[in-house]
Amino acid sequence: MRRIIMNRGCRVPWILFLLGMGLFLPPAPAPAGQAIILSTTTSTQDSGLLDVLVPLFEKKTGYTVKTISVGTGQALALGAKGEADVCLVHAPDSEKKYVADGLLLNRRLVMHNDFLIVGPVGDPAKIQGMKSAVEALRRLAEAKATFVSRGDNSGTHQLEKKLWKEAKVEPSGSWYLQAGQGMGATLGIASEKQGYTLTDRATFLAFKKRAQLVPVVERDRILLNIYSVLEANAAKFPRVNAAAGKAFADFMVAKETQEIIRTYGVEKFGEPLFFPDAGKREESL
Amino acid sequence: MELIWQGLKEAVRLIASGDPEVLRITRLSLQISGGATLLSLLAGIPAGVVIALTRFPGRGLLIALVNTGMGLPPVVVGLFVSIFLWRSGPLGLLELLYTPTAIVIAQFVIAAPIVIGLTIAAMQQLNPRLRLQLLALGASRWQLLWLLMREARLPLLAAVMAGFGGVISEVGASMMVGGNLLGQTRVLTTATVLETGKGNFDVAIALSLILLLLVFGVNYLLTWIQQRGRAS
Repeated sequence: MRRIIMNRGCRVPWILFLLGMGLFLPPAPAPAGQAIILSTTTSTQDSGLLDVLVPLFEKKTGYTVKTISVGTGQALALGAKGEADVCLVHAPDSEKKYVADGLLLNRRLVMHNDFLIVGPVGDPAKIQGMKSAVEALRRLAEAKATFVSRGDNSGTHQLEKKLWKEAKVEPSGSWYLQAGQGMGATLGIASEKQGYTLTDRATFLAFKKRAQLVPVVERDRILLNIYSVLEANAAKFPRVNAAAGKAFADFMVAKETQEIIRTYGVEKFGEPLFFPDAGKREESL
Repeated sequence: MELIWQGLKEAVRLIASGDPEVLRITRLSLQISGGATLLSLLAGIPAGVVIALTRFPGRGLLIALVNTGMGLPPVVVGLFVSIFLWRSGPLGLLELLYTPTAIVIAQFVIAAPIVIGLTIAAMQQLNPRLRLQLLALGASRWQLLWLLMREARLPLLAAVMAGFGGVISEVGASMMVGGNLLGQTRVLTTATVLETGKGNFDVAIALSLILLLLVFGVNYLLTWIQQRGRAS
């Protein structure tokens, strides 16, 4: 009996060896006090801005940043539950609500760019050049022109809902599609379906090559896309790394960082993707 | 078509130039999913063998549950593992969320039912008389188990492949519990989602091809071991 086992068992170590490679797990994560969780929107990551700023911050302060990029709705919810230490988001109305409720602290303006309504090349609903985004959406609804919504409670989606509300339209029907995905994917759907959508300028510039969409309505004041940093409330959630969160927020509004934001994207897209706003008042934008 | 061609070229370029970022992501994918598969084998094969060879009340229900678990949606696993690992969750103290360990845990939960289920099936397809014969030949309890598992090694290797294939290819759980952090928890599937989101379709295609090659390589090796085992 024993002999048989010895002879034939020699293959098993092979398999164990193969899978054993899995045990050499990657470099140990940074010690807890040094790690900071940043919850932010997909647009800051997809535009590549954070790939520039985060390494700089890490080098300066020694913190390790864990960037969780999700829709702004979720990013704010994570911060408001103390699951993230700092939020970089773009939904002023909900941000102010969280601050008023004491769940997030110290909202500070970082930068802005703008949203625009884009649509298929022929502009079938004839909204090109309209001054008011609200009016334009109303006309889209009347024409039942295909409109692709983010549908994910992101900052972009929250603005879109605000626009529909002001247009006194309850969008529904087969012309109104809810993608439930990020901005890039939504632009792709709008392009394929020959529909209109609301997009931030940074993602649109990055996707211009791929999507057959053109700007139709832009430069309306309501289309401002304002990014702010907010810190999690350590008094409510003791696990929050308040010092690190504050350090990141301070870094975002620091002079040097703002200078990087000012020039970011010029080389690649021929125009800046964001305009720095630290220290300004929202009404002055 | 041109896009696919571009993707192929980009894939070749990334592999040939040994792009450090791609190498790191590939190695991480292999380590995380390999580790999760290994753990699921260590737990799943013994569990499957015990369930297959013993009789106890509730066994039918348990097997039905395991079989259901074989189709466990990764996003559901991701959601529940996240909730457990959140700072406010029951395991929040461990600070595991957004680490490779968190992904290993989630993938273990995904792979374990697959391994257990296929192990049960593998052991049950053995001729029941074999067991009696081995016992009659004087095999001890452990020798009996060992020989039965040896006899079932072909389907057991299939269990390894199914478990590994299930976790290396999932994206939902990795994204939720790992957070897709560059250099820490970014694996091939989540990197593909990210690059697609950025509109870098050629890089996304390249990453997909690398993933396919990796899965093929591992399965080729396992199949080779499996078929060699059959030949002897």
